[in-house]
Amino acid sequence: MKASLERLADRAAAEGLIDVAYANVDSPFGPLLLASTPRGLVKLSLPNIDPGETLEDLAARISPRVLEAPGRLDDVRRQLDLYFAGRLREFDLPLDWQLSKGFRRRALRAIDRIPYGGTRSYTQIAASAGNERAVRAAGTACGSNPIPIVVPCHRVLRSGGALGGYGGGLPMKEALLEMEGVLDAGE
Amino acid sequence: MTALPPFQTLLDEHAADVMAVLRGAVGRGDAEDCFQETFLAALRGYPKLSDDGNLRGWLLTIAHRKAIDHHRVNGRRPLPAGEPVEVGDRGRRPGASETVDGEPELDDGLWGLVDALPPKQRAAVALRYACDLPHAEIAAALDCSPAAARRSLHEGIKRLRRELA
Repeated sequence: MKASLERLADRAAAEGLIDVAYANVDSPFGPLLLASTPRGLVKLSLPNIDPGETLEDLAARISPRVLEAPGRLDDVRRQLDLYFAGRLREFDLPLDWQLSKGFRRRALRAIDRIPYGGTRSYTQIAASAGNERAVRAAGTACGSNPIPIVVPCHRVLRSGGALGGYGGGLPMKEALLEMEGVLDAGE
Repeated sequence: MTALPPFQTLLDEHAADVMAVLRGAVGRGDAEDCFQETFLAALRGYPKLSDDGNLRGWLLTIAHRKAIDHHRVNGRRPLPAGEPVEVGDRGRRPGASETVDGEPELDDGLWGLVDALPPKQRAAVALRYACDLPHAEIAAALDCSPAAARRSLHEGIKRLRRELA
Protein backbone atom coordinates (compact mmCIF):
# COMPACT_ATOMS: atom_id res chain seq x y z
CA MET A 1 0.00 0.00 0.00
CA LYS A 2 2.89 2.36 0.79
CA ALA A 3 4.31 1.95 -2.71
CA SER A 4 0.87 2.59 -4.23
CA LEU A 5 0.50 5.80 -2.23
CA GLU A 6 3.98 7.01 -3.19
CA ARG A 7 3.23 6.32 -6.84
CA LEU A 8 -0.02 8.23 -6.49
CA ALA A 9 1.72 11.25 -4.95
CA ASP A 10 4.25 11.25 -7.84
CA ARG A 11 1.57 10.99 -10.51
CA ALA A 12 -0.62 13.61 -8.84
CA ALA A 13 2.35 16.00 -8.68
CA ALA A 14 3.21 15.33 -12.34
CA GLU A 15 -0.38 16.12 -13.36
CA GLY A 16 -0.48 19.30 -11.26
CA LEU A 17 -3.15 17.90 -8.96
CA ILE A 18 -1.45 18.76 -5.66
CA ASP A 19 -2.33 22.29 -4.56
CA VAL A 20 -0.73 21.90 -1.13
CA ALA A 21 2.07 19.36 -0.57
CA TYR A 22 3.13 18.71 2.99
CA ALA A 23 5.67 16.78 5.04
CA ASN A 24 6.20 16.09 8.71
CA VAL A 25 9.87 16.58 9.66
CA ASP A 26 11.91 16.40 12.85
CA SER A 27 13.72 19.34 14.39
CA PRO A 28 15.66 19.95 17.62
CA PHE A 29 12.46 21.54 18.97
CA GLY A 30 10.14 18.70 17.99
CA PRO A 31 8.13 17.76 14.89
CA LEU A 32 7.44 20.47 12.32
CA LEU A 33 4.84 20.45 9.58
CA LEU A 34 5.98 21.97 6.28
CA ALA A 35 3.57 22.83 3.48
CA SER A 36 4.19 24.29 0.04
CA THR A 37 2.18 25.31 -2.99
CA PRO A 38 3.58 25.37 -6.54
CA ARG A 39 4.65 28.95 -5.71
CA GLY A 40 6.71 28.09 -2.66
CA LEU A 41 6.74 27.40 1.07
CA VAL A 42 3.41 28.59 2.43
CA LYS A 43 3.31 27.25 5.99
CA LEU A 44 5.60 26.01 8.73
CA SER A 45 3.82 24.74 11.82
CA LEU A 46 5.78 24.68 15.09
CA PRO A 47 5.72 21.63 17.41
CA ASN A 48 3.13 23.10 19.76
CA ILE A 49 0.51 23.35 16.99
CA ASP A 50 -1.76 20.41 16.13
CA PRO A 51 -0.81 19.36 12.55
CA GLY A 52 -4.36 18.13 11.89
CA GLU A 53 -5.76 21.59 12.56
CA THR A 54 -3.10 23.17 10.37
CA LEU A 55 -4.00 20.87 7.47
CA GLU A 56 -7.71 21.60 7.85
CA ASP A 57 -6.95 25.30 7.87
CA LEU A 58 -4.86 24.97 4.67
CA ALA A 59 -7.65 22.95 3.03
CA ALA A 60 -10.16 25.67 3.86
CA ARG A 61 -7.98 28.68 2.96
CA ILE A 62 -6.01 27.44 -0.06
CA SER A 63 -7.47 24.23 -1.54
CA PRO A 64 -8.70 20.87 -0.23
CA ARG A 65 -6.21 19.15 -2.56
CA VAL A 66 -3.78 18.73 0.34
CA LEU A 67 -1.51 15.71 -0.04
CA GLU A 68 1.43 14.31 1.90
CA ALA A 69 4.29 14.50 -0.58
CA PRO A 70 7.58 14.70 1.36
CA GLY A 71 9.67 14.73 -1.82
CA ARG A 72 8.34 18.17 -2.65
CA LEU A 73 9.65 19.56 0.65
CA ASP A 74 13.13 18.02 0.42
CA ASP A 75 14.87 21.33 -0.22
CA VAL A 76 13.11 23.03 2.70
CA ARG A 77 13.97 20.16 5.02
CA ARG A 78 17.60 20.16 3.91
CA GLN A 79 18.00 23.90 4.53
CA LEU A 80 16.27 23.68 7.91
CA ASP A 81 18.59 20.84 8.98
CA LEU A 82 21.62 22.94 8.02
CA TYR A 83 20.21 25.99 9.81
CA PHE A 84 19.58 24.05 13.03
CA ALA A 85 23.12 22.66 12.79
CA GLY A 86 24.46 26.24 12.63
CA ARG A 87 25.71 25.74 9.08
CA LEU A 88 23.22 27.92 7.18
CA ARG A 89 22.62 31.60 7.88
CA GLU A 90 20.26 32.57 5.12
CA PHE A 91 17.44 30.52 3.63
CA ASP A 92 17.21 30.46 -0.14
CA LEU A 93 13.64 29.29 -0.68
CA PRO A 94 10.71 30.52 -2.76
CA LEU A 95 7.96 31.67 -0.38
CA ASP A 96 4.23 31.87 -0.97
CA TRP A 97 2.87 34.83 1.02
CA GLN A 98 -0.81 34.22 0.27
CA LEU A 99 -1.78 33.51 3.89
CA SER A 100 -0.89 37.09 4.91
CA LYS A 101 -2.52 40.25 3.62
CA GLY A 102 -2.06 44.03 3.79
CA PHE A 103 -0.16 45.46 6.75
CA ARG A 104 0.68 42.01 8.11
CA ARG A 105 2.25 40.93 4.86
CA ARG A 106 4.30 44.14 4.69
CA ALA A 107 5.43 43.61 8.29
CA LEU A 108 6.41 39.99 7.57
CA ARG A 109 8.35 41.03 4.48
CA ALA A 110 10.24 43.54 6.63
CA ILE A 111 10.95 40.76 9.15
CA ASP A 112 12.16 38.55 6.29
CA ARG A 113 14.94 41.11 5.68
CA ILE A 114 16.37 41.01 9.24
CA PRO A 115 19.78 39.38 8.85
CA TYR A 116 21.06 36.40 10.83
CA GLY A 117 22.44 37.59 14.14
CA GLY A 118 20.46 40.85 14.00
CA THR A 119 17.31 41.98 15.77
CA ARG A 120 14.66 44.69 15.30
CA SER A 121 12.05 46.16 17.61
CA TYR A 122 8.32 45.87 17.02
CA THR A 123 8.36 49.66 16.48
CA GLN A 124 10.97 49.38 13.72
CA ILE A 125 8.91 46.67 12.01
CA ALA A 126 5.78 48.82 12.25
CA ALA A 127 7.66 51.68 10.62
CA SER A 128 9.01 49.44 7.84
CA ALA A 129 5.47 48.26 7.15
CA GLY A 130 4.36 51.86 6.69
CA ASN A 131 2.89 52.89 10.06
CA GLU A 132 5.30 53.42 12.95
CA ARG A 133 2.44 53.85 15.41
CA ALA A 134 0.99 50.40 14.62
CA VAL A 135 3.31 48.70 17.11
CA ARG A 136 0.61 46.42 18.44
CA ALA A 137 -0.36 45.41 14.88
CA ALA A 138 3.32 44.60 14.20
CA GLY A 139 3.21 42.29 17.21
CA THR A 140 0.08 40.64 15.86
CA ALA A 141 1.78 40.20 12.48
CA CYS A 142 4.64 38.38 14.22
CA GLY A 143 2.17 36.21 16.08
CA SER A 144 0.35 35.33 12.86
CA ASN A 145 3.54 34.55 10.90
CA PRO A 146 2.63 31.49 8.77
CA ILE A 147 6.31 30.64 8.11
CA PRO A 148 8.23 31.10 11.40
CA ILE A 149 11.97 30.28 11.56
CA VAL A 150 12.31 30.86 7.78
CA VAL A 151 10.67 34.29 8.13
CA PRO A 152 12.59 35.09 11.32
CA CYS A 153 10.01 36.65 13.63
CA HIS A 154 12.14 35.39 16.53
CA ARG A 155 14.49 38.30 15.69
CA VAL A 156 11.85 40.86 16.67
CA LEU A 157 12.17 42.11 20.28
CA ARG A 158 10.56 44.78 22.43
CA SER A 159 12.18 48.22 22.44
CA GLY A 160 14.75 47.97 25.23
CA GLY A 161 15.56 44.37 24.43
CA ALA A 162 12.89 42.39 26.31
CA LEU A 163 12.06 39.20 24.44
CA GLY A 164 8.38 39.87 23.73
CA GLY A 165 6.39 36.79 22.68
CA TYR A 166 6.78 33.75 20.44
CA GLY A 167 4.26 31.35 18.95
CA GLY A 168 6.51 28.38 19.66
CA GLY A 169 7.09 29.47 23.27
CA LEU A 170 9.74 31.79 24.73
CA PRO A 171 12.33 29.01 25.38
CA MET A 172 12.38 28.32 21.65
CA LYS A 173 12.81 32.01 20.83
CA GLU A 174 15.68 32.21 23.33
CA ALA A 175 17.33 29.08 21.93
CA LEU A 176 17.16 30.41 18.35
CA LEU A 177 18.64 33.76 19.40
CA GLU A 178 21.40 32.02 21.37
CA MET A 179 22.21 29.86 18.35
CA GLU A 180 22.45 32.98 16.19
CA GLY A 181 24.76 34.59 18.74
CA VAL A 182 22.35 37.38 19.75
CA LEU A 183 21.90 36.11 23.32
CA ASP A 184 24.58 34.53 25.47
CA ALA A 185 23.72 31.00 26.50
CA GLY A 186 22.22 31.01 29.99
CA GLU A 187 21.41 34.72 29.86
CA MET B 1 -22.08 22.51 4.05
CA THR B 2 -18.90 21.96 5.99
CA ALA B 3 -15.49 22.50 4.43
CA LEU B 4 -13.96 19.57 2.57
CA PRO B 5 -11.26 17.87 4.62
CA PRO B 6 -7.66 17.68 3.34
CA PHE B 7 -7.58 15.06 0.58
CA GLN B 8 -4.91 13.16 2.50
CA THR B 9 -7.60 12.33 5.09
CA LEU B 10 -9.50 10.40 2.42
CA LEU B 11 -6.38 8.42 1.59
CA ASP B 12 -5.61 7.71 5.24
CA GLU B 13 -9.13 6.52 5.97
CA HIS B 14 -10.26 4.83 2.77
CA ALA B 15 -7.30 3.88 0.53
CA ALA B 16 -7.06 0.37 1.98
CA ASP B 17 -10.78 -0.24 1.46
CA VAL B 18 -10.72 1.11 -2.09
CA MET B 19 -7.83 -1.23 -2.86
CA ALA B 20 -9.75 -4.16 -1.33
CA VAL B 21 -12.83 -3.39 -3.41
CA LEU B 22 -10.76 -3.13 -6.56
CA ARG B 23 -9.00 -6.41 -5.85
CA GLY B 24 -12.43 -7.94 -5.55
CA ALA B 25 -13.69 -6.25 -8.69
CA VAL B 26 -10.79 -6.65 -11.15
CA GLY B 27 -8.42 -9.06 -9.44
CA ARG B 28 -5.12 -8.40 -7.74
CA GLY B 29 -3.07 -7.94 -10.88
CA ASP B 30 -5.05 -4.99 -12.22
CA ALA B 31 -6.17 -3.45 -8.93
CA GLU B 32 -3.10 -1.20 -8.72
CA ASP B 33 -3.85 0.55 -12.04
CA CYS B 34 -7.49 1.03 -11.13
CA PHE B 35 -6.44 2.34 -7.71
CA GLN B 36 -4.25 5.01 -9.31
CA GLU B 37 -7.00 5.95 -11.79
CA THR B 38 -9.58 6.12 -9.01
CA PHE B 39 -7.64 8.52 -6.81
CA LEU B 40 -6.38 10.67 -9.70
CA ALA B 41 -9.99 11.08 -10.86
CA ALA B 42 -11.05 11.84 -7.30
CA LEU B 43 -8.32 14.49 -6.98
CA ARG B 44 -9.40 16.10 -10.25
CA GLY B 45 -12.98 16.47 -9.11
CA TYR B 46 -12.41 17.08 -5.42
CA PRO B 47 -12.29 20.91 -5.25
CA LYS B 48 -15.64 21.14 -7.05
CA LEU B 49 -17.34 18.49 -4.95
CA SER B 50 -20.26 20.19 -3.24
CA ASP B 51 -21.64 17.46 -1.03
CA ASP B 52 -19.17 15.98 1.44
CA GLY B 53 -21.81 13.99 3.28
CA ASN B 54 -20.52 10.64 2.08
CA LEU B 55 -16.95 10.89 0.82
CA ARG B 56 -16.43 7.16 1.28
CA GLY B 57 -19.42 6.33 -0.92
CA TRP B 58 -18.21 8.89 -3.47
CA LEU B 59 -14.76 7.25 -3.62
CA LEU B 60 -16.20 3.74 -3.87
CA THR B 61 -18.50 4.87 -6.68
CA ILE B 62 -15.51 6.19 -8.62
CA ALA B 63 -13.64 2.94 -7.90
CA HIS B 64 -16.55 0.93 -9.22
CA ARG B 65 -16.72 3.01 -12.41
CA LYS B 66 -12.99 2.52 -12.93
CA ALA B 67 -13.46 -1.21 -12.49
CA ILE B 68 -16.26 -1.21 -15.08
CA ASP B 69 -14.10 0.86 -17.47
CA HIS B 70 -11.34 -1.65 -16.95
CA HIS B 71 -13.57 -4.56 -17.90
CA ARG B 72 -14.87 -2.65 -20.94
CA VAL B 73 -11.38 -1.85 -22.20
CA ASN B 74 -10.38 -5.44 -21.72
CA GLY B 75 -13.26 -6.56 -23.89
CA ARG B 76 -15.04 -8.79 -21.40
CA ARG B 77 -12.16 -11.19 -21.39
CA PRO B 78 -12.44 -14.00 -18.87
CA LEU B 79 -11.93 -12.65 -15.38
CA PRO B 80 -8.80 -13.70 -13.56
CA ALA B 81 -9.86 -16.62 -11.47
CA GLY B 82 -8.07 -18.25 -8.59
CA GLU B 83 -4.85 -16.29 -8.68
CA PRO B 84 -1.95 -17.83 -6.76
CA VAL B 85 -2.33 -17.49 -3.03
CA GLU B 86 0.61 -15.69 -1.50
CA VAL B 87 1.72 -17.82 1.39
CA GLY B 88 2.62 -15.79 4.44
CA ASP B 89 0.63 -12.85 3.16
CA ARG B 90 -2.23 -13.28 5.56
CA GLY B 91 -1.45 -10.10 7.47
CA ARG B 92 -2.04 -8.05 4.35
CA ARG B 93 -5.21 -9.69 3.16
CA PRO B 94 -7.85 -7.20 2.09
CA GLY B 95 -9.90 -5.79 4.90
CA ALA B 96 -8.31 -7.89 7.60
CA SER B 97 -8.23 -4.99 10.00
CA GLU B 98 -11.80 -4.02 9.12
CA THR B 99 -13.30 -7.37 9.85
CA VAL B 100 -15.90 -7.10 12.55
CA ASP B 101 -16.12 -9.81 15.17
CA GLY B 102 -18.67 -12.40 14.23
CA GLU B 103 -18.50 -11.62 10.50
CA PRO B 104 -17.06 -14.24 8.20
CA GLU B 105 -13.34 -13.76 7.67
CA LEU B 106 -12.04 -13.85 4.13
CA ASP B 107 -8.59 -15.28 3.70
CA ASP B 108 -6.49 -15.29 0.55
CA GLY B 109 -7.72 -18.70 -0.56
CA LEU B 110 -11.28 -17.48 -0.36
CA TRP B 111 -10.34 -14.30 -2.22
CA GLY B 112 -9.32 -16.53 -5.12
CA LEU B 113 -12.89 -17.82 -5.23
CA VAL B 114 -14.27 -14.28 -4.87
CA ASP B 115 -12.15 -13.25 -7.85
CA ALA B 116 -13.91 -15.92 -9.89
CA LEU B 117 -17.43 -14.60 -9.18
CA PRO B 118 -19.36 -12.63 -11.84
CA PRO B 119 -18.45 -8.92 -11.57
CA LYS B 120 -21.52 -7.64 -9.70
CA GLN B 121 -21.49 -10.46 -7.19
CA ARG B 122 -17.76 -10.09 -6.75
CA ALA B 123 -18.01 -6.35 -6.10
CA ALA B 124 -20.96 -6.82 -3.72
CA VAL B 125 -19.10 -9.45 -1.71
CA ALA B 126 -15.95 -7.31 -1.59
CA LEU B 127 -17.86 -4.23 -0.50
CA ARG B 128 -19.73 -6.13 2.18
CA TYR B 129 -16.92 -8.16 3.69
CA ALA B 130 -13.74 -6.28 2.84
CA CYS B 131 -15.21 -2.85 3.51
CA ASP B 132 -18.01 -3.62 5.91
CA LEU B 133 -20.44 -1.46 3.94
CA PRO B 134 -24.18 -1.53 4.62
CA HIS B 135 -26.48 -2.55 1.76
CA ALA B 136 -27.46 1.04 0.96
CA GLU B 137 -23.83 2.02 0.42
CA ILE B 138 -23.14 -1.08 -1.64
CA ALA B 139 -26.09 -0.08 -3.81
CA ALA B 140 -24.67 3.45 -4.17
CA ALA B 141 -21.24 2.10 -5.07
CA LEU B 142 -22.68 -0.37 -7.57
CA ASP B 143 -25.11 2.16 -9.00
CA CYS B 144 -28.12 -0.13 -8.48
CA SER B 145 -31.09 -0.45 -6.12
CA PRO B 146 -30.57 -1.74 -2.56
CA ALA B 147 -32.68 -4.77 -3.46
CA ALA B 148 -30.43 -5.55 -6.44
CA ALA B 149 -27.34 -5.09 -4.28
CA ARG B 150 -28.77 -7.48 -1.69
CA ARG B 151 -29.53 -9.99 -4.45
CA SER B 152 -26.00 -9.80 -5.90
CA LEU B 153 -24.52 -10.26 -2.45
CA HIS B 154 -26.83 -13.18 -1.69
CA GLU B 155 -26.06 -14.90 -5.01
CA GLY B 156 -22.34 -14.38 -4.49
CA ILE B 157 -22.39 -15.84 -0.99
CA LYS B 158 -24.53 -18.79 -2.14
CA ARG B 159 -22.03 -19.55 -4.86
CA LEU B 160 -19.05 -19.30 -2.51
CA ARG B 161 -20.78 -21.67 -0.06
CA ARG B 162 -21.37 -24.13 -2.88
CA GLU B 163 -17.75 -24.02 -3.98
CA LEU B 164 -16.46 -24.40 -0.45
CA ALA B 165 -18.82 -27.28 0.38
